[in-house]
Amino acid sequence: MHTIPLDYETLRLIWWLLLGVLLIGFALMDGYDLGVGALLPFVAKTDDERRVLINLVGPTWEGNQVWLILGGGAIFAAWPPLYAASFSGFYLAMIAILLALILRPVGFKFRGKAHDPRWREAWDWALFVGGFVPALIFGVAVGNLFLGVPHGFDPTLRPIYEGGTFLKFFGLLRPFALLAGLVSLTMLVAHGAAMITLRCHGPVTERARLFGAAAAAAALVLFAIGGGWIALMDGYVYASVVDPQGPSNPLGKTVSLEAGAWLGNFAAHPWMIAAPMAAAAGLLLALLGFAARRGWTALAGTSLGVAGIIATAGLALFPFLLPSNLDPSQSLTVWDASSSQLTLFVMLLATAIFLPLILAYTAWVFRVMRGTVTPASIDRNPNAY
Amino acid sequence: MIDLTVVDLSRLQFAATAMYHFLFVPLTLGLSLLMAIMESVYVMTGREIWRRMTLFWGTLFGVNFAMGVATGIVMEFQFGMNWSYYSHYVGDIFGAPLAIEGLMAFFLEATFIGLFFFGWDRLSKVAHLCVTWLTALGANFSALWILIANGWMQNPVGATFNPDTMRMEVTDFVAVLFNPVAQAKFVHTVSAGYVAGAMFVMAISAYFLLRGLHQDLAKRSMAVAASFGLAASLSVVVLGDESGYVATEHQKMKIAAMEAMWETEPAPAGLTVFALPGADGNRFELKIPYVLGLITTRSLNTELPGILPLVEHAETRIRNGMASAADLEAIRKDPKDQAARARFAENWRDLGYALLLKRYRSDVANATPEEIRQAAFDTVPAVAPLFWSFRLMVALGLYFIAFFAVAFWLSTRHRIDANRALLKIALVSLPLPWVAIEAGWLVAEYGRQPWVVEGVLPTFYAASGLTLGDLAISLGFFLTLYTTLAVIMVVLMLKIIRRGPSTRNVLIDGFAGASHVPAGAAAAADR
Repeated sequence: MHTIPLDYETLRLIWWLLLGVLLIGFALMDGYDLGVGALLPFVAKTDDERRVLINLVGPTWEGNQVWLILGGGAIFAAWPPLYAASFSGFYLAMIAILLALILRPVGFKFRGKAHDPRWREAWDWALFVGGFVPALIFGVAVGNLFLGVPHGFDPTLRPIYEGGTFLKFFGLLRPFALLAGLVSLTMLVAHGAAMITLRCHGPVTERARLFGAAAAAAALVLFAIGGGWIALMDGYVYASVVDPQGPSNPLGKTVSLEAGAWLGNFAAHPWMIAAPMAAAAGLLLALLGFAARRGWTALAGTSLGVAGIIATAGLALFPFLLPSNLDPSQSLTVWDASSSQLTLFVMLLATAIFLPLILAYTAWVFRVMRGTVTPASIDRNPNAY
Repeated sequence: MIDLTVVDLSRLQFAATAMYHFLFVPLTLGLSLLMAIMESVYVMTGREIWRRMTLFWGTLFGVNFAMGVATGIVMEFQFGMNWSYYSHYVGDIFGAPLAIEGLMAFFLEATFIGLFFFGWDRLSKVAHLCVTWLTALGANFSALWILIANGWMQNPVGATFNPDTMRMEVTDFVAVLFNPVAQAKFVHTVSAGYVAGAMFVMAISAYFLLRGLHQDLAKRSMAVAASFGLAASLSVVVLGDESGYVATEHQKMKIAAMEAMWETEPAPAGLTVFALPGADGNRFELKIPYVLGLITTRSLNTELPGILPLVEHAETRIRNGMASAADLEAIRKDPKDQAARARFAENWRDLGYALLLKRYRSDVANATPEEIRQAAFDTVPAVAPLFWSFRLMVALGLYFIAFFAVAFWLSTRHRIDANRALLKIALVSLPLPWVAIEAGWLVAEYGRQPWVVEGVLPTFYAASGLTLGDLAISLGFFLTLYTTLAVIMVVLMLKIIRRGPSTRNVLIDGFAGASHVPAGAAAAADR
């Protein structure tokens, strides 16, 4: 056996960061597609307007969605216990997300294949569901992490999740989780509106600016309320000694609950406050951009806002990945829910090779597809949606 | 105890969603390459007809691809949702090829598919051709990584059980990559996809020719598809993934079951052409001497074990596994028990066999001889379905060779469009590659039962602890949505085929919503 050049603790930290990079990548890239989908029936009234929005995301949304697929694959590969416990525990929420995500590709492809207005209207609402539902549920899921979910393990590390079918879904809809869902929804709607402002013209853009400004303002307020709420809420802390090099077994530690503990990381490492500051600054910048009709400013602002909000959530939870309110000691953390050192290292190599390539060719594709989307530009292309 | 009804419903859901997803994947594999070939001819010759062919087949490809994407996300998420113990138990190995598939293959395919459709007027000819090839390359790389993951389930190399984390962990990543079963499966599966793509183009072109429509496009498409299909159908049969089947014990069991061969036969074994398999023997069988041994072992003197001797062997491994399970329990209670650790490190390979007993009792150490016997018989997959699906697949494979050989011969003599009999055969043969592919899936995956990972983890032990209500909701939702989408997809494809390729620069008349377009824009589109 050759030795692995990076120690287990470093690899786990890198993979925690990469998980953040993938989630932010998903929110920035596919997030605007989801936002545009959620805005579709409201911002675009006529068929031409709707086709403009659909063809705004049409050429690139498939690549963008791979950020989600890669995120799922990376959680499976790098954090198998997290993948196993969360995907099975959130079963019905996942089914709802899948329903929405299945409607998207077929919605894009099928909508334009017939002229009947009822047919197109039906797919417009399917595309709305495809954007609105995932944007909301992903946020609700993250909100539940702060509250802890009723999961645990038996001695053979088989994931357990308490509650029947009904409770499994409706149990997730707790007030703070819904607040987090609204933060996620509003920030992605603002992000989608910024992309419309940047790349479209006319009444669609005017309506998108209004929705975008309202969504960015709402995201800012809700994010601030969420911060205050977290300060009062019980957070999770290690009660036993942390062993960052230890085996990935979530049964070997003790965890306790403390009020306000979710803000502990920010108190201990003040530089981390940069994340919520960036979130707030980004959303304010977006408001300015929407007000001044500056697409790039709005998009830069929502991008910073989205990245800042996700980073804030990740830093607050660290090192927790999936807190358990059934038995806090069985929560999953960065130190006990990863793959083996070898798998983390091999996956890091693969990511180091391919992620730069992906960024390069994605940038090239966006460059090729740059420019304003108008009804005329759509009609030049026989393949447009 | 594990709820076996939930397990069965989870298996049903996985099988249904996988087989459904697998209707679209082969066409993506085959058609993307055919489109790349057609566009290459366009770029080399500059003749517009080849661009129109690429566009026309591309439209059908797009509808199929959308369905593939929609159903593919479900596949990735279902491991965690319905098979959480599997995900925990083997995620350290199995997750990596899935993630690398995303990094290396699906990102490539999904990013460039957009440019394939939207980049015609924004890219140079050569740049667009590169985009098409990269899309096809991405699709094929994707199959490689998925089959590396699947191959590991069939032949779990390069990994060991870690008692501290209660799961399998990778020890040799190179062995996982170059797993002989995975390599054989990859070549076999992509070839099958190429056959499906070729038959799709043949059948629709035949429809055009029978109707006297779009002859330029149809004749040229057929010429490409006939040669491509002949090469692919030869490859799919000659490089059948049986070559990987001798690799491991359960693969031997799978072969024995596929052949309904209950006892070990003296080498080289005979091939059973027809049989009526029962629970522990055949009621009737018809054999050709020597052929099976030659096909599967490629030798005259290697013996192929029968089902019953393999069951005996499984019983031994279950008994060994019970000792491993006891050692594992001892390690769990006292992690410092070095003697137990040493014994376990020696014998962990039989642990999975002890897990077969979990179907009958949770304390496997106290299993009765009857339960052990029963668990050993559980290692026999359902013989009759395997025997018949395998024969169906092989018969279709041979048929494809004959069909494409004749089509190729006729097309080299430019007589294919005049031969109405062949055109009609081509049209009715359209569904056959899919029948063969689904039969092949059944042989490979149903034949792997009772294991989800051969010799390591039984399927029933790998499922999530969901409720019947959860499964009822998800199954109901998948069945409804998938059926609806299948109907819509078929209707749309028929509509696209009936319209045929456009003679204008625009792909399908009215497709771009010309009636809603201001006159100036429409005029611009025509220029």
